[in-house]
Amino acid sequence: MNVLAIDTSNQPMSVAILKDNQLAAELTVNVKRNHSIQLMPAVDYIFNQANLTPKDLNLIAVSEGPGSYTGLRIGMTTAKTMAWALNLPVVAISSLEMLAANLSYHNGYVCPFFDARRGNVFTGLYQVQNGQMTKVKDDLNTSMESWLEQLQNIDETVHFISSTNHQFDDLIKEKLGAQANIIQHSMNLPRASMLAHLALEREPTPVHALKPQYHRMVEAEAKWLEQNQKR
Amino acid sequence: MKDKNELILAIETSCDETAAAVVQGGTKLLSNVVATQMDIHQKFGGVVPEVASRHHIEQITVVMEQALTEADVTMEDIDAVAVTEGPGLVGALLVGVNAAKALAYAHGKPVIGVHHIAGHIYANRLEQEFEFPLMSLVVSGGHTELIYMEEHGEYEIIGETRDDAAGEAYDKVAKALSLPYPGGPQIDRLAQEGKDTYNFPRSYLEEGSYDFSFSGLKTAVINKLHHLRQKGEEIDVENVATSFQESVIDVLVDKTYEAAMDYGVKQLIVAGGVSANKTLRARMDQRFADTDVELAIPPLYLCTDNAAMIGAAASVEYHRQNYASLNLNANPGLMM
Ligand SMILES: [Zn+2]
Repeated sequence: MNVLAIDTSNQPMSVAILKDNQLAAELTVNVKRNHSIQLMPAVDYIFNQANLTPKDLNLIAVSEGPGSYTGLRIGMTTAKTMAWALNLPVVAISSLEMLAANLSYHNGYVCPFFDARRGNVFTGLYQVQNGQMTKVKDDLNTSMESWLEQLQNIDETVHFISSTNHQFDDLIKEKLGAQANIIQHSMNLPRASMLAHLALEREPTPVHALKPQYHRMVEAEAKWLEQNQKR
Repeated sequence: MKDKNELILAIETSCDETAAAVVQGGTKLLSNVVATQMDIHQKFGGVVPEVASRHHIEQITVVMEQALTEADVTMEDIDAVAVTEGPGLVGALLVGVNAAKALAYAHGKPVIGVHHIAGHIYANRLEQEFEFPLMSLVVSGGHTELIYMEEHGEYEIIGETRDDAAGEAYDKVAKALSLPYPGGPQIDRLAQEGKDTYNFPRSYLEEGSYDFSFSGLKTAVINKLHHLRQKGEEIDVENVATSFQESVIDVLVDKTYEAAMDYGVKQLIVAGGVSANKTLRARMDQRFADTDVELAIPPLYLCTDNAAMIGAAASVEYHRQNYASLNLNANPGLMM
């Protein structure tokens, strides 16, 4: 299988191509730049590196969120349109799961998270055993403090992995102490190749139905619902 | 030489319509699909940008597919993909721009970025050929501009609004009258029943200027309503609508007429969402009846936002081979 994978869910951008199920080219950039400008040239670059053209693809993988709304829409629109245009299956995968997959060979619990502002995070919980990762808790949008208190009930080490920043490091240490292992260096960056490998095992989504998973309602809609449910 | 009958697939997502169309040779509309979000934004009393962006991504491949199907063509037949690159809501524009680039890249076709206002002007070319030099009045929720054109693809803005766009003033006055969103058509409808009794101001600005200003008028209407309500006097909604509309249209028609005469144009194109207004159409007709200027107003379905107009404007750029590169971005404040 030749797979194109795209992640622009947060500040880092990662694109990858698998050729016959093997990683042929991957580009990950972690600077504050505009994904809308960067993405297609990056895709073009890895196609050239892999010596493939869009017509050679068999599958497209994309991270569906959570993450930055705008970032998600850039990656998802690109993946969705290419899949439709080339009549290819497309698999959408949680951007948190993609990040957790970096730790597929560390037995234990993995907690990926992204900053969601005002002390909140987009997060989830996964468990790794002998190279197999399973989901323990669905992705959610919650306050980091109360989430960490829930994690205190786990008896094992929890690996925390986040590409966005380290502003929660102190809070994690305060709540979980030695139980927490905060992943450092570039191990915490998303890799589109992980997305591609995960996608090989998943069911595709019908292309027209594909949309980002924001895990948060638009404020205007939330307000409208609140006002109209009171009546 | 490029084929004169080139086929362009065009995409427009600058505000609250997800649209795609196939246009042949810049003049012939083969399909024109518009998925409107009007009813979705109605409950919020205006367009909510994040809501609009979320809907665009759900609709985008559906409308592109429908545009190809209705035109009875495939991507193999398409010569270029065109898209509105600005101005507009950034999150909304981004969906169209990234879809256009992905589609074009997948099929090895060029991409053409189009200015939304150029699209509104070129909507007319799907009905009637341009006669240069021409003047265009573009009036919509976001724009009130007089644009002079000596030839295809050459735009000179000679007048623009210094504050509110005409359509914006309509929406704000409609809101003050507690009329449902969008307010423009509501005011036009009510204005058919009333009389110009309130004598609201008409702002012509300084002598010789082709610029517009509608915020003073809007404020005068809102103050008047406030004043009447405070005194407990009855408000004649129809008469307020007529009085407001007369003020807007007098200025639009007078300034446009003056510009058309000063520049000695052969054709006047009235374009944009507000050109759907019945009174504006009738008044322009009257004013230009005894002149040598040919008045052209596209039919209603081409006045509101659509992708066919983007395809028509893109045809000119296609023949100039004015293609965008893969780093084309949405530009919410794009200049003409
Ligand atoms: Zn418009």
